[in-house]
Amino acid sequence: MDQQQLRALEQRCIQEEAPECTAACPIHVDARAFVGHVARGEWSEAWKVLHKTMPFPGILGRICDAPCRQRCKRIEAGDPIQIGELERACVATPPPRFHVQPLSSKAKTIAVVGSGLSGLTAAWDLARKGYSIRIFEPGTKLGGPLRSIRDRRLPEAALEEELERLSTLDVTVHLSVDVEPADFLEQCISENNAVFLSLENASGRNWDIARDDAGWIIVDPMLHSTRRAGVYGGGRPSMAGLSPVWQAAEGRWAATSIDRFLQKVSLTAGREKDGPYKTRLYTSLEGVAALPRVAAADPESGYSIDEAISEASRCLQCECLECVKVCAYLERFGAYPRKYAREIYNNESIVMGMRQANKLVNSCSLCGLCERVCPEDFAVQDLCLQARRSMVRRGKVPPSAHEFALQDMRFSLSERFRLVRHAPGRTQSAHAFFPGCQLCASSPGQVKRLYRHLMEGLSGGTGLMLGCCGAPAFWAGQEDEFHRVAEEIRQDWEALGRPRLIAACSTCFRMFAEHLPEVPTISLWQLLEENGLPPSFASASHRPLAVHDPCTTRPYPAVQDAVRRLLQRQGIPVEELSLSRDKTECCGFGGLMQNANPDLSREVAARRARTSPLDFLTYCAMCRDSLASVGKRALHLLDLLFPAPDGVEPATRPRPGWSERQENRARLKDSLAMELWGERQPAMQAYERIRLIIAPEVARLIDRRRILDEDIRRVIFAAEESGKVAVHPRTGRIKACHRPYRATIWVEYSPTPEGYVVHTAYSHRMEVMGGPRR
Amino acid sequence: MKAENVSPEDLQWVCRKCNRPLEAGTVSVEYMGNQFTTELPTCPGCGFVLISESLALGKMAEVEQILEDK
Repeated sequence: MDQQQLRALEQRCIQEEAPECTAACPIHVDARAFVGHVARGEWSEAWKVLHKTMPFPGILGRICDAPCRQRCKRIEAGDPIQIGELERACVATPPPRFHVQPLSSKAKTIAVVGSGLSGLTAAWDLARKGYSIRIFEPGTKLGGPLRSIRDRRLPEAALEEELERLSTLDVTVHLSVDVEPADFLEQCISENNAVFLSLENASGRNWDIARDDAGWIIVDPMLHSTRRAGVYGGGRPSMAGLSPVWQAAEGRWAATSIDRFLQKVSLTAGREKDGPYKTRLYTSLEGVAALPRVAAADPESGYSIDEAISEASRCLQCECLECVKVCAYLERFGAYPRKYAREIYNNESIVMGMRQANKLVNSCSLCGLCERVCPEDFAVQDLCLQARRSMVRRGKVPPSAHEFALQDMRFSLSERFRLVRHAPGRTQSAHAFFPGCQLCASSPGQVKRLYRHLMEGLSGGTGLMLGCCGAPAFWAGQEDEFHRVAEEIRQDWEALGRPRLIAACSTCFRMFAEHLPEVPTISLWQLLEENGLPPSFASASHRPLAVHDPCTTRPYPAVQDAVRRLLQRQGIPVEELSLSRDKTECCGFGGLMQNANPDLSREVAARRARTSPLDFLTYCAMCRDSLASVGKRALHLLDLLFPAPDGVEPATRPRPGWSERQENRARLKDSLAMELWGERQPAMQAYERIRLIIAPEVARLIDRRRILDEDIRRVIFAAEESGKVAVHPRTGRIKACHRPYRATIWVEYSPTPEGYVVHTAYSHRMEVMGGPRR
Repeated sequence: MKAENVSPEDLQWVCRKCNRPLEAGTVSVEYMGNQFTTELPTCPGCGFVLISESLALGKMAEVEQILEDK
């Protein structure tokens, strides 16, 4: 990822876009933050927000006409937030102390003719920038036009107090000045570096300056320049109307132009967001109850403190976070895609120091729900997958992230599990059944029943392909390894005479569809549905089930439909989860989240499980097992279509541990090879004959640590052969280790006549140099 | 990783081959291309090194994590 790609990505996430109120405000007061403070009764913080953007909050806060209201999102659920009234309530509270520190003097003077809100704002902004300001007011008091506002909202004392603040800056005020003569303007121009005309009440009829047909001085609507060089204007009633905030805004824009004019820089660059603009921020109002505005008990004096707080509490605090709302992973890391893109970019470009975002990159389930719910289609999964690939290329993948899953995949691709055959007695296959590694790991009995069923039910021969689709390598960003796996599958498919593959697992289905387009593949569920298999048994009164679509079926509505039709045919009532089909959630296994971040994976599964009290029905073995592992009653569709003969309640079947998953695969292959093809499997290796005795709580501990019984057998076998062990003289227990791959496995055990009692097992990746290795 | 990696419990173990109790010894360890030395329970005879469960799951896992992210 380069800088440019990063910026494009950052742009796409709209969470940091301004809310409607701020975008609508001509001077962009951070109304969302302001209202938030009011809702919490934080008056001095609320004051500070106003003060940051507003010139004279004590004035404008009382009389602002609040054009923000028209674009407030609350309109869609009640009345807009009365932001103007809240400002009024805020500035009636005692102001905190503000210290204004102007920039150092620029030794340039600017004349401000008239002291309407535009003139006062221009004076305030320019004085703070270090200019000397001379205000020429025709009336007897500063802020003349404001004093004529027949509105008791702006008491004289409040006005005086605010205007007093000008005296802390380099501002000279001249009152009762006759500004109308033609000479006056010429004098202003010749004696000052620039001039601002506050046109609220000065007509300047005699001035030598270009006017429009109606007699108004021509002022550029953006730059607020007049047709005379160095002369700017604002507050003209025909433009700013009677809107106080608009008058203030015109003063501000003119001040910006004057400053740039005097600094001799571009007047126009980067000013696209001067004034109201369209924001891209999206805020969902789903589940927001309509609320009317709070009415002030005394409309004349405005909101009381309590009334203001309850009105402000109606504010939606607009933000997007559509993706974060539906994703425990995005929530876990405390930010949103815009920030994550930056963190991942930094993670990649770091030369020295810690890569803080490794966990962020490797924990994503790659399920793609974020992209589906994002108004701008931000795909966090693409970002994470690219980052993983880049880590792989640079040799920077933390081994703890994916190695166990990759080892498991290699097991499935080894002779221990892999099997490619035509149906017994056949030399051709119209179909080949690809059950996938995890269904075989979880329910080997179902796979056997299913395969027999497919052999009988389909014509033209149905071969069998046991193996792995390579998804773990794909998810890990191991592109080379994934392509090798895909190529092997393609060759196996060729060897069977190019049959149509029947994929029981939605991940396999997707991998083939996306990466082996030449291999015709059908989802098992579509095939069963199309062929009317198995014959329906229409259970009399099945309890309704909640369908959990595997996240890898997200782009395949036809597969999801087939599953629902199969259920309907069996007479099973179905309830749709609020996030289902193209918006389904991951079970916590996808994208190797389960490997890289087991805690998060459990949280994801538990969160999903809570979305319905009903039993879940899914059609992915890994989804079923992930849900079962957090105590959710969950069925695999095969449990309904091909019920196990032993009558065990399938919804409460525990998730088999990692060891059992490998043993199930190996045994499935051996027994199928024996039963269907009469093939005797090679004799057991010596270490495989080691008998282990493991108490259930130790077995659970070892499974959580992802240590396989097979690894333990290898440790004990090697230890007993070599004698390189430590013995505890009092207990007689033995400790030994072995390094089967990039991890050292330690086992503490006691030999007994019945077998080896395993007390504990643990592992580390660090390698002891010169220590015991095999 | 310093001498606190060797606990009194570790030194109760005896190397079966050499029949000698383990002692704290300087051992070189390596991870992700980083090599360093530390004190670990070692057989003074054959150099067998014992890594205890608490060390593997505690300090060692922490250092592994740091080196993985370096």
